[in-house]
Amino acid sequence: MNYNADEKGYYGEFGGAFIPEMLYPNVEELRQNYLKLMYEDSFQKEFNQLLKDYVGRPSPLYFAKRLSEKHGCKIYLKREDLNHTGAHKVNNTIGQILMAQRLGKTRIIAETGAGQHGVATATVCALMGMECIVYMGEIDIARQAPNVARMKMLGAEVRPAKSGSRTLKDATNEAIRDWINNPVDTHYIIGSAIGPHPYPDMVTRFQSVISEEIKWQLKEHEGRENPDYVVACIGGGSNAAGTYYHFLDEPEVGIIAVEAAGKGVNSGESAATSALGKVGIIHGCKTMLMQTTDGQITEPYSISAGLDYPGVGPMHSHLFKSGRAEFYSATDDEAMAAGLELSQLEGIIPAIETGHAFAIFEHKKFKKDDVVVISLSGRGDKDLNTYIDYFKLA
Amino acid sequence: MSNRITTKLQEDKKLLSIYFTAGYPALNDTVQIIQDLEKNGVDMIEIGLPFSDPLADGPTIQESSTAALKNGMTTEILFNQLKNIRKTVSIPLIIMGYFNPMLQYGVEAFCKKCQEIGIDGLILPDLPLDVYQEDYEAIFKKYELINVFLITPQTSDIRIRQIDDASNGFIYMVSSASVTGSKSGFGQEQENYFERIAAMNLKNPQIVGFGIKDEETFQQATKTAKGAIIGSAFIKHLTAKGTNSVAEFVKTIR
Repeated sequence: MNYNADEKGYYGEFGGAFIPEMLYPNVEELRQNYLKLMYEDSFQKEFNQLLKDYVGRPSPLYFAKRLSEKHGCKIYLKREDLNHTGAHKVNNTIGQILMAQRLGKTRIIAETGAGQHGVATATVCALMGMECIVYMGEIDIARQAPNVARMKMLGAEVRPAKSGSRTLKDATNEAIRDWINNPVDTHYIIGSAIGPHPYPDMVTRFQSVISEEIKWQLKEHEGRENPDYVVACIGGGSNAAGTYYHFLDEPEVGIIAVEAAGKGVNSGESAATSALGKVGIIHGCKTMLMQTTDGQITEPYSISAGLDYPGVGPMHSHLFKSGRAEFYSATDDEAMAAGLELSQLEGIIPAIETGHAFAIFEHKKFKKDDVVVISLSGRGDKDLNTYIDYFKLA
Repeated sequence: MSNRITTKLQEDKKLLSIYFTAGYPALNDTVQIIQDLEKNGVDMIEIGLPFSDPLADGPTIQESSTAALKNGMTTEILFNQLKNIRKTVSIPLIIMGYFNPMLQYGVEAFCKKCQEIGIDGLILPDLPLDVYQEDYEAIFKKYELINVFLITPQTSDIRIRQIDDASNGFIYMVSSASVTGSKSGFGQEQENYFERIAAMNLKNPQIVGFGIKDEETFQQATKTAKGAIIGSAFIKHLTAKGTNSVAEFVKTIR
């Protein structure tokens, strides 16, 4: 089976470009040029140089000894938290800002949930001297205050999304409306593996550096390129897409996705799309989507702003439907406990999004010899306030 | 194919079309608003099926959609409200909405219901041309529904020709690069665009939408185009003056 996008952007039945005509010229320009541009020698050279010198890649693949002992398998952590700006998001924003420059765009817009993608976008805009506007849900602005401040310090304008659930979904709506209103000079840097084709494929390719590195790094550690499992948390699914990419066609590698169950899959306050969703259209693509029987998009909930999204990238819908990936979901409590455990066993405070991936041990038992690579997609600095409130640390 | 839209387009006059969100201000205002619009000389109506995430709409239609959903509007309820509409209303009726609610209802079931009721056409901004042609055109035709496509100032001439070929009623000409309800007045840029399109001699007439709000913008838009659609300005009027004020609004346009 093919797990990558076809030329129309479909992963099985999922994907495509369901966009209003107003967006057609921009999306079509990108579709016609993205592969050609991103595989030009000069692009690859600049991209790889920036990933190395500016982002600090390769990010380490770290054998987590105490965590491994605790859970009875061999656990490696892919340290995306050590990237500049503190998460995997910057891999994609570097790639897309280079793309925007080559397309002659001068103004950048982005949506953000947890603020990690907003910060990563504001960062590359500062680096390249481009105007930057980040849309962020009002609720998220309140719960991710440090990242809002960082974006402002980097020179970006943060515009609140005040409609709907006032979280990531609504920030994305506002960013799309901005693009409709500014069709000529603006590039929209989508942060997740969602949106109309070619976005899911483009974001996945920029993030695929994660699994590319895991392969050679694991070879150094274990003498083999393929782990038994790769594990990532999923909201829209960009860190997961990058973590899985080079393993999709390696059947011996088990692919595991952990979604946010919020207060429980059936609590009515959840973001577990694979469990609760059905096929629908959100933000320009056909994918698994949480919605009413009438086709209205449901307002999701998760303690982590980055996973608080009612859909999932079309590649992941296909991995789910085809059975290539195992999907689990972790509650707020499980994710917080897993974050605390990682902090105290390995000295690494993860982002709450990332904590969900570490909650896999609540749901799946691994064998002693299993090599399990977990994407440590982001660090927890931005979540300190939530951690303080939750664990009564103050 | 001949339906009420094609017949109406042959009339020797500039057409005034009005959009409103079904279920707003109150859930059961739909039929009354349609009847009042026809009574006051409106030529065609776009009935907005509200959606939770209307990407192409500005704040006015977003808010009316949210309110309509809160009032309990659903696809099924709208169809029920419209069940007997053809007993009292004879002008063309178009349902305008986003594709996901239609997909969940079932595209064929939706089209079938439209034909039963006497709906003449559909406008689905996020159903793109190629997907329509590959997957749905045959169904729309089977139920004699006209699908209306949008063009914008950024749409290339080649694509405008493709859209013209695929259209069998009129082309919805978006006046400027914007979401609904966000521009005030038309400038030279719009005039040039209107003239450029007029000079293309398309086989389908064009009806201009987005940014039409009063007599002046209606006149400007219809200098070259066959008609114009007013949405946000009408909804704002309903919000301020209530559902008994339809006549008053239409008088401000022509």
